[in-house]
Amino acid sequence: MAVDKSKIRNFCIIAHIDHGKSTLADRLLELTGSVALRDMTAQLLDKMDLERERGITIKAHPVKLNYKAEDGSEYALNLIDTPGHVDFNYEVSRSLAACEGAILIVDATQGVEAQTLANTYLALDHDLEIVPVINKIDLPSADPDRVAAEVEDVIGLDCSEAPRVSAKTGENCAEVLEQIVKLIPPPVADDSKPCRALIFDSVYDSYKGVIVYVRIVEGKLKPGDTMKMMATGAEFTIVETGYMRAQDPEPCAELTAGEVGYITASIKTVSDARVGDTVTTLQNPASEPLPGYRKVNPMVFCGIYPADGADYENLRDALEKLQLNDAALSYEPETSGALGFGFRCGFLGLLHLEIIQERLEREYDLDLVTTIPSVVYKINLTDGSQIEIDNPTHYPDPALIASCEEPFTDAHIYSPAEYVGTIMDLCQERRGVFKNMDYITPERVDIHYELPLNEIIYDFFDSLKSRTRGYASFDYEICDYRQSKLVKLDVLLNGDIVDALSFIIHADKAYAKARKIAERLKDNIPRQMFEIPIQIGIGGKIIARETVKAMRKDVLAKCYGGDITRKKKLLEKQKEGKKRMRHFGTVEVPQEAFMAVLKLDDND
Amino acid sequence: MTMTEKTLPGLYIHVPFCRGKCPYCDFYSALPDEETKALYVKRTEELVSSLGKTFDTVYFGGGTPDTLGHGNIARLLSAADFTENAEITLECNPSGTGGENSTFDFCTVAEAGVNRISLGLQSAVDSERKALGRKAGIKEVLTAIRRINDTGIDNISLDIMLGIPGQTPASLSETLEFCVSSGAKHISAYMLKIEDGTYFSRIKDKLDLPGEEETSDMYLQAVDYLEKHGIMQYEISNFAVPGYESRHNLKYWRCEEYEGIGPSAHSFMSGRRYYYPRSTSDYISGIQPVFDCEGGDEKEYVMLALRLKEGVMFERFRERFSHSLPERFVEYAKFLESKGLAEVSDKSVSLSAKGFLVSNSAILNLTDLL
Repeated sequence: MAVDKSKIRNFCIIAHIDHGKSTLADRLLELTGSVALRDMTAQLLDKMDLERERGITIKAHPVKLNYKAEDGSEYALNLIDTPGHVDFNYEVSRSLAACEGAILIVDATQGVEAQTLANTYLALDHDLEIVPVINKIDLPSADPDRVAAEVEDVIGLDCSEAPRVSAKTGENCAEVLEQIVKLIPPPVADDSKPCRALIFDSVYDSYKGVIVYVRIVEGKLKPGDTMKMMATGAEFTIVETGYMRAQDPEPCAELTAGEVGYITASIKTVSDARVGDTVTTLQNPASEPLPGYRKVNPMVFCGIYPADGADYENLRDALEKLQLNDAALSYEPETSGALGFGFRCGFLGLLHLEIIQERLEREYDLDLVTTIPSVVYKINLTDGSQIEIDNPTHYPDPALIASCEEPFTDAHIYSPAEYVGTIMDLCQERRGVFKNMDYITPERVDIHYELPLNEIIYDFFDSLKSRTRGYASFDYEICDYRQSKLVKLDVLLNGDIVDALSFIIHADKAYAKARKIAERLKDNIPRQMFEIPIQIGIGGKIIARETVKAMRKDVLAKCYGGDITRKKKLLEKQKEGKKRMRHFGTVEVPQEAFMAVLKLDDND
Repeated sequence: MTMTEKTLPGLYIHVPFCRGKCPYCDFYSALPDEETKALYVKRTEELVSSLGKTFDTVYFGGGTPDTLGHGNIARLLSAADFTENAEITLECNPSGTGGENSTFDFCTVAEAGVNRISLGLQSAVDSERKALGRKAGIKEVLTAIRRINDTGIDNISLDIMLGIPGQTPASLSETLEFCVSSGAKHISAYMLKIEDGTYFSRIKDKLDLPGEEETSDMYLQAVDYLEKHGIMQYEISNFAVPGYESRHNLKYWRCEEYEGIGPSAHSFMSGRRYYYPRSTSDYISGIQPVFDCEGGDEKEYVMLALRLKEGVMFERFRERFSHSLPERFVEYAKFLESKGLAEVSDKSVSLSAKGFLVSNSAILNLTDLL
């Protein structure tokens, strides 16, 4: 039976953080009977524990809802959830590209906020029909009238029909479904054209291989077809097509133009089904892929080492498994004099790094040491050649360097106008180059800067959030490489370089950073039997210095009437406590000391 | 002495009775009642006489061994088989043996063989002794020393303590001067450690304890002062006029054999460590010693040897384990030497007085390299 395209609605939900995106999604599932009440756990769509805890969605997850509207017709509503962090902006853009409309949630107590605006612009960029919804009307401080007026003023959306709901209690949530049907256009879809399907996400399943989430733009796909990924060229025979449901997927005979669903084809790794790629079929191949594909390259690199060297194999297995599900994660073996055997890993950004690190620790029960994140630098050597390094250890002898280049980003910060000063201060501190500033409304600005990537990978987003009380949002794209005065800082403990603590930094910032690192290490390295000089150097020149004083007393004074075992046990216990320590030559450094250096930020 | 010479084991007898519990002590002891005491002596006599070994040291430790009374000490000694020149030590409490009403007779125990007395002085400053819950004043200590000397025993050891509440470098000087002028041949200077379960651990916050730095300085002060007066350090906490080192305690540190009799007493015989549980009633009713672990391996040997000033002797190590110490061990020891924590010669590796203060770390790192 042919699918009636006029009864399909493809949409996503966009909102500022904590405005109730996941809660509303849960209500929509409930109202369409997609999930029995007893199976509801809060925020069902956010599958990963980490997502639930942080209140952010990392993995987009589509779901098809069957809805019988007031006009008596059955509609297929495809809800495509979107991740909510700049590290994943590309994924967001692909999810939006799979939709015709977006529900914009605005908190009735807080009104329009930075991400409301940034997300709206993203949605408008993709020509989406936007359906405003005022949420949290159950709260005593809710002022839906004011907020509706604000949405009209600031964004220019008509809010006269905007449903005023409480996603928490479910009040008026049915209206949202009606509005989706009425306002969001059905897809323009032609089954007869050569197949072009947009991959907006993919996940690895140990039974079925990669599950590819697609939006069929034109043509159709069915089991038995040979599908081809237009960007990577990979070909597979489709095993199954179907629709994602809130719980179990529902196989179908074919997916046709305008529909959202999944494909399985015994694909071994998600890197063969990259987000943004176009799926076509060999039977009826398209000549042009859909626009907008980009291979996502890791931008941030760091070393990940097992705290216990014996866990090296386990770490490798874990990374291998994570990569099955994460095409943006890269890793290759590396060795550190200080940390032993580990991996150099590449990530989209710092959040991506933290997520991977946390998953390794939680899901694979690994104890890790990570080194300071780095970006990819281009070094022009005096012999005229150029090398790229993502690991400070490979930084060449300064005498051989003609010049260095570092990646710059084109960054937009959306913020209430009152924070302009503080944001500009932050960007200046981070070596930003001011481009321009647009007043979107008298209260809202778009501040445009060019920022070096290595200045934003550590904690830029966190600083921005804390300085603007969470109101600013931030988006960036790598634009180019620029010449820069870079130096490599080395940390020496008791005279020996600790390779894992070396990093590359702009020369103007080296002194201040060196002093902070020295202080941090001093505070975090426990006293040992002898005094430990901490030195921070550039080349052979020491630019900062601290000393960890020697411990004075660590002794079992008394022999207990020949009770040698007791003494042995006390020493064993002490040894246990040292297990988390790393040996650097003659110095023992606890992991906390690494973390402390790693987490250095502006507020220290 | 080498292993080719037959070394005789030592005998340790734990006397689990005290007149009261000192607030810092977590050794096994209980208040004595005459009946328990009698049963204890009977059981100990049985065990000692059935050992079937000859000892060259005997050590009565506690608790407070003098609470048994001189007669019982003599009786237990007569049950033991020891060599003619054996070192026989009796730990004594000054208030029990030097008090006005004390009936303890040093002559009896001396005749039975005791030739070394270890007295718990702790401090020559009465206020510090009081803080430690010690009953005797300095007068009783002097009386006890006089009574011991009167029997012809010149080998007296005094226990002193470092880091006691209220102690200062000046008050420690007083104690050290007392030790030297008393003619003691041996000093044990222990740093007070607040053990869990003791009264001190409950009132720790209220104690006027010297800090780590001060205690460390006082330790070095004691080492310096005693050595200047001919009482040389030979172990982390032990000092002696040369020739008066405790032969019994040296057996512990040199990983030699000893039998321990009495509740909570530990033994090391034929490479096995075992002990009697901490219960006098179980002991009296005939409980057997409990196996603890295999002992005497390289790590243990080195851990113990590093407590001694003589340190790990290369030759002795090679004889015992049939191979040399690894190169990296000596390398690391040389590194410690460069920091003033160790001394390395072509014969041995040992810790310095400064190294003794951080000996846990030093021993852990060194034994890791074996």
